[in-house]
Parts: sequence; C-alpha cells; structure tokens
Amino acid sequence: MSSDPTDHEASVRARRTEAVAAFEGRRGAIDRLQHALHVTPALVPLIVLTVAILGFTWFLGTRFLEQLPLIMQQVQIVGVLAAAQSLIILTAGIDLSVGAIAVFSSVMIGQLSFRYGVPPTVSIALGLAIGGAIGAVSGWLVSRVKLPPFIATLGMWQIVLATNYLFSRNETIRSREIREEAPMFQWLGVKPNEQLVNWIEASRGIEWERRRPNETDSAVLDFLWATNITYGVLLMVALVAVLAYALRATAWGRHVYAVGDDPEAAELAGVNVRRTLMSVYILAGVICALAGWIMIGRFGSVSPSASTGVLGNIQSITAVVIGGISLFGGRGSIWGVFFGALIVGVFELGLRMAGADAQWTYLLIGMLIIGAVAVDQWIRKVST
Amino acid sequence: MDPEGIDMSAQPILAAKGLTKRYGKVVALDRCDFELYPGEILAVIGDNGAGKSTLIKCLSGAVTPDEGEMTLDGQTVAFASPTEAREHGIETVYQTLAVSPALSIVDNIFMGREKRRPGWRGSVLRQLDKPAMRAFAREKLSELGLMTIQNIDQPVETLSGGQRQGVAVARAAAFGSKVIILDEPTAALGVKESRRVLDLIQDVRARGIPIILISHNMPHVFEVADRIHVHRLGRRLSVIDPKAHSMSDAVALMTGAKEIEEA
Amino acid sequence: MKTYLTSSAIALIATTGMALADGHAAPEGTSACLITKTDTNPFFVKMREGASAKAEELGIEFNAYAGQVDGDNEAQIQAIETCIANGVSGILLTASDTSAIVDSVQEARDAGILVIALDTPLNPIDAADMTFATDNFLAGQLIGQYAATAMGEAAADAKIAMLDLAISQPTVGVLRDQGFLDGFGIDTGDETRWGDEDDARIICNEVTAGNEEGGRTAMENCLAVDPDINVVYTINEPAAAGAYEALTAVGRENDVMIVSVDGGCPGVQNVADGVIAATSQQYPLLMASKGIEAIAQFAKDGSLPEATEGKDFFDTGVALVAAEPVDGVESISVEEGQELCWG
Repeated sequence: MSSDPTDHEASVRARRTEAVAAFEGRRGAIDRLQHALHVTPALVPLIVLTVAILGFTWFLGTRFLEQLPLIMQQVQIVGVLAAAQSLIILTAGIDLSVGAIAVFSSVMIGQLSFRYGVPPTVSIALGLAIGGAIGAVSGWLVSRVKLPPFIATLGMWQIVLATNYLFSRNETIRSREIREEAPMFQWLGVKPNEQLVNWIEASRGIEWERRRPNETDSAVLDFLWATNITYGVLLMVALVAVLAYALRATAWGRHVYAVGDDPEAAELAGVNVRRTLMSVYILAGVICALAGWIMIGRFGSVSPSASTGVLGNIQSITAVVIGGISLFGGRGSIWGVFFGALIVGVFELGLRMAGADAQWTYLLIGMLIIGAVAVDQWIRKVST
Repeated sequence: MDPEGIDMSAQPILAAKGLTKRYGKVVALDRCDFELYPGEILAVIGDNGAGKSTLIKCLSGAVTPDEGEMTLDGQTVAFASPTEAREHGIETVYQTLAVSPALSIVDNIFMGREKRRPGWRGSVLRQLDKPAMRAFAREKLSELGLMTIQNIDQPVETLSGGQRQGVAVARAAAFGSKVIILDEPTAALGVKESRRVLDLIQDVRARGIPIILISHNMPHVFEVADRIHVHRLGRRLSVIDPKAHSMSDAVALMTGAKEIEEA
Repeated sequence: MKTYLTSSAIALIATTGMALADGHAAPEGTSACLITKTDTNPFFVKMREGASAKAEELGIEFNAYAGQVDGDNEAQIQAIETCIANGVSGILLTASDTSAIVDSVQEARDAGILVIALDTPLNPIDAADMTFATDNFLAGQLIGQYAATAMGEAAADAKIAMLDLAISQPTVGVLRDQGFLDGFGIDTGDETRWGDEDDARIICNEVTAGNEEGGRTAMENCLAVDPDINVVYTINEPAAAGAYEALTAVGRENDVMIVSVDGGCPGVQNVADGVIAATSQQYPLLMASKGIEAIAQFAKDGSLPEATEGKDFFDTGVALVAAEPVDGVESISVEEGQELCWG
C-alpha cells in the first residue's frame, strides 16, 4: 500500500465516488451545536456553571465571587462521591450505597484508632481498603450473580448503613479528641495556603498570634491567605483529573465506556466485561472511602449519623445527571460531573446569600436535572 | 483472484472433523466436517435451526464442541473463548457487529487490543498510543476504500449502517491474519449499502485472507462465494460450486426437497 | 422558676432511683411498646435503653419500633397497628409527624391502650393520654438568657446565626428557637414559626438536620452572609460541633459564642472544652423510664399519669450546663452535667 496516506486517500476517494452515505455536511448552526455537545459532553454543564456564577455575581456583587473557594469546600464530599458514581453510571449501573460507604469508612477510620488503638495511618489505609471491599461485594453481585446494579446497591446501602450504626454504637468521636490524638484524620481539612503564609511569615521572623492575620504587609500573602483551599478540595480536583485521564487515555477507560455502551458488543470485541465491572466497583468503593476521610477533615468529628449516609446517593446522582453523564451508560465526561457538583453548590450558596427560601434551591435543581436529561436525549438523536 | 484457481489439493487453512455439540437432548452439531481453503470465500447456508450458527460459534471460539477436532494450518487447536480464537488469527464479524456506538472508530477498531505508548508513559501511566492507533486505523480503512469516513475520531453511531459494517470488517481484516468469519453482513442493510459490503468482502479476499460467509441472502451468496457449504440437520450435507448450481438447487438442498446427486 | 426546674430535674432522677427500690412490679402479662422517630439518633437510642431497662426491672414485656428516617410517618403507623394487634398495655411514642399520627393514636386509645407521647407533643397535645417531655421553650429560654447575660451590653449589637432543625419547622425546633430569642430579649413575632422575626440582630436562619454535616454548611452559609456573626444558636450539640468547625476554618472559634440544647455526653464534653458556651440538658432516659412506670401503674389500677402543675404535659426537666456560670441564670457545672448526660 502507498506510504503516503494523503495521496492514497485521494486515490481511494477517487475510486469510490459512489460512496454510500458519507458524513457530508448538512450543517446548520443547530447541527453544529448538537455535534459539539456530542463530542464534548462537559460543555453544557460548563456553560450553565459559568452563567450561574456570572448571574449571582451580577446580582450579589463580588462578595459572591469571594465565596467560590467556600463552594469548593462545600461540594468536596458530593464531588468525590459523584466521581465514584460517574464510574458506575458509565457502565450503565447505579450505586445507591456511595454515601453509606463514605460514612461507614469514616466511622471505621475513627473507631479503629480510638477503640482498638490502631495507628492513624494504618486506620486510614484500612478504611480505604474496607471501602474497596464493600465495592468488591457490589461488583461481585453485579458481574457474577448478575443482579441489577440498582437492586444490588440498594441492598448494600441498607446493609452498610445498618452495620455503620451497629458498629459505631451511635457514638460520635469529637473533634477535639481527634485533633489531639490523631490529627492526621483531619489533614484533608487543613489549608495549604494558610500553612504557606504562616511558613513565609515565620521565616521572616513574624509570628501571628491569631490564626487569621488581619493584614500582612504583602498583598500577595493576603491574597494567598484568602484563597481558602483545603487539601480535601485539592484532592477532589486531582481525583477528577486523574479519572478523566484514565477514562480518556487508557485501555481501561475505553473498556469502561464500551461496557456501559453495550456489554455484549464489548465482550465479543474482546473486553473482559466482568473484570472491568469488578475494577469499577472496587475503585468506586475506594473513592467513597476517600470521601469518608474528607468528611473527617471537613466536620472535624466522626459521626455515624451524617446526612451523607442517607442522602449521598441522591446528591451524587444529581451531580452526575446535571454533569451530562447518560444514565444509560457509556456517554459523558467526568469533568462535566465536577461542573455539575459545582452548579449545585453555586445555586445553594447563591440563593441563600440572596435571601431566598431554601426550597427555591431544590426547585431549581429539579429543573436542572430535567433539563440535563432532555439535553442528553437531544444529543443522542445525533445517532438516528 | 480467480475462484477456479483455488488449490483444493492444498492443506485447508481451517478444518474440522466430527464436531458434535449437544444441548441436553438436542444435538445441534452431529459429527460435522468443515474445510476452508486458502484464499477462498466459503459461504455457509442452511435453514434456521440447521446448526450453522453452532458451527460458526465452535469455529470462532464462542462454543466449545463436545467432540471432534479442529485444525488450523494443520495444527490441532481448541478455543476456550473468542479471545483465544482471535489470538490464533480467526476474527469474527458478528451480525450485531459488536461495536460500541458511542465510541470513536479508532476506539472500536482497537477495542480489547489497545496499543500503549512506548516507554514510561505506556508502562507507568498506561497511556494509549493514540497517534499510532489513528494512523493504523486510517491505513486499514484506506486499504478497504473506506476513507470516505472523514474523521477517524467520530463516534460510530454517526455512521450509516454500511459504514458501521465497514468499520467492523476493517477491524477484522486489520487483525485477522488467517480467517475472517462474517455473520449475516448484509442482513440489516439496504440495496446500495449491501453492494458496498459485498465489494468490501471481495477486497478483503483480494488481500489473501479467506472468508467464511454466513448468509440467508442467496443472490449475495452466489455473487461472491467460491464454494457453498450446505448445512442440514447438524452436519454438512454437501459443498456445491455456485457456478454449477442454481440458487433454487441450493435452496432445495438446504430444505431437504432435493437429495445430493454428487458425493 | 428556673431554680425550681433545675432542681426538679435532679429530684426527678432521684425519684426514679428510689422507684427502683420500691419495685412496684407490674401485673402479669403487662406489655409496652416504644416507637421512636429513628433508631439511629443517640437520643432515641438512650430512650430505648432507659425504657428497656425499666421494663425488665418491672417485669414488663417490651418491644421497640422506629421509622427509617426522621419524618417516616408510615412506619410509625404500622408500628402502632402492630402494637394494637399484640394487645399491649401502653405505647410510648415520639411522633415523626405530630398531626398525621393522631388518628392511629386514637385507634390505640379506643382499644384501651395508654398512649404517652415522649419528647414531642402531638398536635393537638391532648391526642395522647399524656406527654412526657422537655419544656423545649424553656430549654431555649435558658440558653438565650445565658447568651444575653454573658454578652452584657454587647447583646444590643449582637449578630446572631440561628441554626435550626429542618425546613418543615417541627415543633421541637420552633420551641427551642423561639425560646432562645425570647430569652435573649428579641421579639419572636409569631411564636409558632421561626424566621418571621424582623430584628436586625438575626443574621440568618439556616437548617442543619441536627448533625455535624448540616451544622458546618449552615454556619458557612451564615458567614457568607455576614462574617461578623458573634452568637450562634444551634438546635443541638452535633450541629454546634459542625458550626464550630466552620468557625475554626475562618479563625473565629474563640470570639463567637455557641449555645445549644440536648445535654448528650459528647455535647457536655464540648462545653468543658469550650466549643459550646452553654447547653440546656434534657433527660431522655427519665422520659422513657417514667413512661414505663406510668404504663405499669395503668396496667395495675387503670390510673392515668398527671401533668406537671401549670403545664399541659409532664415536664421531665431541663438544666443549663455552663462551664462559666453567669449571674442571674441558674446553671449546673460541667461535672454535674456529665453525671446526668446521655448518649
């Protein structure tokens, strides 16, 4: 065959003038938009997010913009759970147990050290492993026993939540105790920017008595201090970036999409569907446990009755749907989910700051969900 | 290549002897024989329930026969899965195509056998070698005259039925070093698109890869096949030459309305 | 009155202790049901433990039921039906939906069962034979008075965050909220609703679901509205702990006063640690054990429990726990609080 591809293509095209239904342009503006959304599914949530931020800034002034780091902190748990949920939904599954796994893992991490005296680093490692093990059970039920994911994880949700209450005996480990005995548990709530400012100030021989210097003598340091980012937020962004890479640029990621798109086709094409499903459920379990660790950082304490245990699944599914991942599997991008989680956070805080009744938030989020699914359906029409 | 030029005295590339497969009391394959020679298009026809799909599944590794022996290039082989058959150079294009509609053409062509980048990016980061995969996919599609597909990264669902078939065949041709099995490739297509796919089949054969074609469509079978394997009641009834027989002969044989006149 | 209630709480606990010694065992075949909102909240867990222990002691057959989540009315109705079917002598109920449960409660009473509402009064309150509860308005009042007194003149310019329970404004949350405002010296407007006040000192009303998670987010939202908040009312101690984390995150943990209600052991410990300035302690164990005793009494001679004088319910008492007492507001020390705490 020809070594020069362009030359060859030209000759081929000339030979095959009667080509069937080539992708010739019937491209109006709408078609082009539909195509763009089809190729870049994170575009819709990104646009909605940008418009929402601009809208609230216009209405509330720059004091809203200053709260963006806070929104990142408020969505970090849901954001991480939604990342796990995305993986599952990409395989055309659904995981109702994400929040329960997160709460149970945080309880395990805490109680292993406080009740059984396990060193904190080991407790964290074991907590993550337990998350993975719970994921493995769901994965086994889905890939081997062939239970529908909804049923398998509905059961696991109840089982994990009940185990959580039984094991913890409904006891809370208080923030003060954790700070004194196992500060590592709260590490994800620490702010690197504050550490950096304190370090710079200290190296210049300045010691602040309070944790918040009113004014340093440098605008740069003041700005750094105000960025208000925690390790948990950084972890969330890093996690999304790593998953986005893995899904796009590795064979595993392509297999996840293929399994969600059409498991039989994937199997026939040589993908090990079972192993892919197992890996996805285990990974999702570990990510949920990571969210459990973030919970300790954010709330300071370890409490088995955190709302995330009951609401985490719905909140994460909401972010995933608004983020443009199809519930039918195989379509969507994890960046979209990240934007989806932020959209919810922006609406919640923005509407509160504007003094609106909290119910307006839910009303708007409901509309966003329906809108997102409608857009998804419209995009899928490309194929027909 | 001239069909008459097939060297029947040569060793078959893929052969089976006495294949038997039972499902409970139902005997789907009953001591069935099969031969495929280098460079030929062999059509397999048979009535529904004649067991031809079980035969194909045995050859493609989807089903393991209870008895009998298969040889590939003279070597005895046994496949535990389609992946094993594929590793031996036998590619199958399923009627359902086994493509993922939402994924791109490149992704589909390399599904299950992706190429990683050389060096640490491949071994540590597990990064796919997308440029190499694109170049390879483009080359394979060009070879089969399918480069009317302009964007190798476009999702398969944006393609027409014939183009999808083309992608599936290109995938098989790209990796099928020994045999390609095509299961009802024209069943879901219109007249024009069927035409294209038949051309495609002949293009593939012209590149020296023998093809097993399963089809119900007699005109298509008679147009492209060098030999026709007639399957009936779980075994090979006969192999006929399309030049020497009419379509109605074939149908009559298939349905049992006519007995074999030549052994 | 405050003095009376504080001491009455302790007195009541002493009485309970003595009741054990008396041992008025219930007649053969007496049985009781406890139906709580959930069985995960430590408050209800303690309540169940208290009731179960007392029942065993008096020889009463005891069963506990609970909804899956707070607000799960159907599960509670089912539980009542089960108890009626089992022919129990009495039901102790903390209602999730105080109005919707009334018909089922009436069915139980028609079947000759004593129904006692624990902790949460039904709507109307006389739908149950008797209510054994904390005076939640008073609980709020105590921490309101404490906060105002501790601030002194600065109370006139206070910036208050109100961290409430739920959007649906359950009675308990409204009573505590309105009690706090009343105690602090703020006009409460409609006493059956929070959020209708127009005093400029109230910066925000946010809901917390009564846990750390909700407390933290609610506090952050309030700080986004006004970063200079200096008084925080919280519906309970987990919410207070969450609010404290939010304040710590902005370096304000030492110059904001958090007050709360409940008196759970971790909460009292948080008072000792300076996380919470003061909390109103309530006594779920007492509610439950008193309830079981009332059922035993009812089974024995058919007599109904009586309300506390001047109230339409039996007050199980409330006491203010403060690490640093202020003049004019009666309080008990952290040590006393720890002896009486639950959960």
